[in-house]
Amino acid sequence: MKYVLMFVDTEEYAKEVEAMSPAELEQVYDRVNQWFIDHAAKIRSTTSKLQGAATATTVRLDGPEPVTTDGPFMEGKEVISGFTEIEVADLDEALRMVKTWPACPIVEIRPVGP
Amino acid sequence: MTTSPAADELARVVRDHAGQLAASLVSLLGDFSAAEDLVQDAVETALRRWPVEGIPDRPDGWLFTVARRRGLDVLRRQENYRSKLAQLQWPIQPAPDDRLRLIFTCCHPALAREAQIALTLRVVCGLTTAQIAAAFLVPETTLAQRITRAKRKIAQAGIPYRIPRADELPERLGEVLTVIYLLFNEGYLSSSSDRVHSRDLVDDAEWLTSLLAGLQPNEPEITGLLVLIRLHRSRAAARFTPEGQLVLLQDQDRGTWDHEAIAAATALLTRTARRHRSPGPYQLQAAIAACHCEAASWKDTDWQQILVLYDMLLHLQPSSITRLHRSVAVRYVKGADVALAELDGLDGELSSYPLYHATRAEMLRAVGDYKTATEADRRALELTANPAQAEVLRERLATH
Repeated sequence: MKYVLMFVDTEEYAKEVEAMSPAELEQVYDRVNQWFIDHAAKIRSTTSKLQGAATATTVRLDGPEPVTTDGPFMEGKEVISGFTEIEVADLDEALRMVKTWPACPIVEIRPVGP
Repeated sequence: MTTSPAADELARVVRDHAGQLAASLVSLLGDFSAAEDLVQDAVETALRRWPVEGIPDRPDGWLFTVARRRGLDVLRRQENYRSKLAQLQWPIQPAPDDRLRLIFTCCHPALAREAQIALTLRVVCGLTTAQIAAAFLVPETTLAQRITRAKRKIAQAGIPYRIPRADELPERLGEVLTVIYLLFNEGYLSSSSDRVHSRDLVDDAEWLTSLLAGLQPNEPEITGLLVLIRLHRSRAAARFTPEGQLVLLQDQDRGTWDHEAIAAATALLTRTARRHRSPGPYQLQAAIAACHCEAASWKDTDWQQILVLYDMLLHLQPSSITRLHRSVAVRYVKGADVALAELDGLDGELSSYPLYHATRAEMLRAVGDYKTATEADRRALELTANPAQAEVLRERLATH
């Protein structure tokens, strides 16, 4: 089955990362790279790290006219910071993979539609 | 619990076979939701017809035949199911009991807690949606939606139908035990002799735990939960007056407890403790229940031992509810003033929990503060939704 993993940052985690020294940051990047290497066989094409939520633009199309606003669609303390698509046997395998994710504190697992 | 013996027998027979049938149909069709619908349908047909026609000699064969016929009927358009069902002959090949897989799927952590409970009752125990809705006092449509959503999630999110791997087993077994424990609690706390139950959830909880113990014989926490449930049930006869009033543990007539059942359950707990080191939370709770069950009177209770067990439990599972229960042991070991001081620390978290105020009221009376005790009892009465508890509180307020 195919799933999209959505990586979610929290305010606390963003602060933690900001406070890191360059060496600590490098360690985080290394761990993330290693995670992608370890699971390479299950990871499908698209993996993207997103720019910060402040760079988001949202367009609402449910009114009479499209309305463009600054910011993510939902204002909150948790923002999607990246995503990747995986292909695994079932949800349990996806869960095993996600439980070893070394960076941001929340990951949402969503099955890809047929 | 006043259900008729015939209805009890019917429920037992259905429960003994529905899960087995569900398990073999899921394996065969590879579709949890479709298999579950067929079993539910067969169960509902049985509950309609058996009271009239009598329970058949081979209830499993009967349920199977109905499910198969219905399956061919309903799934006419889905070629692959139809051919699979058409091949299916009774008796089904003797296979290892597949219900363990069923239980783990129903209690998958990716499902909401209430969905896990409803699914387990429906799929593993063969309860109908109406029976579950009645037991949990929710509208049947709400419960039906809950089950539909859960089944859709199982299919769409790819929740597997399998026993978890060894490294995942402790977490997943914990999930299953939590579901059964909640089921047990719901049945135990909501029970009263004046409310006619369509179903005894405590009985379902014991049955599920004992099924699980049979399928996973080397898991001491399953045995712990089983002993805990059995010890509580052994006191059932003393929990209510003939008029249906709740009797608190300290006032119960211990002569009416089932002492044979108590001896058997505590022996089982002791054997388990001997085979395994460091007991888990369910074994500790069972050991606390055993201390109460073995005391000849409230006065003779080994509070020292109970306090030690609560300390071990808190170490494993720090929770304010456990601290609240522990405070009763603290009262008898260290005094009501010490217990009161500990209770004060819980006010933030438990301020809307009726038992917190009722417990506090007893401690306050023990130190002579009757005015504050009455306030606490009033608060408990405002908060409780349980008629039997409310009755006890009203009586207390009237006499103090």
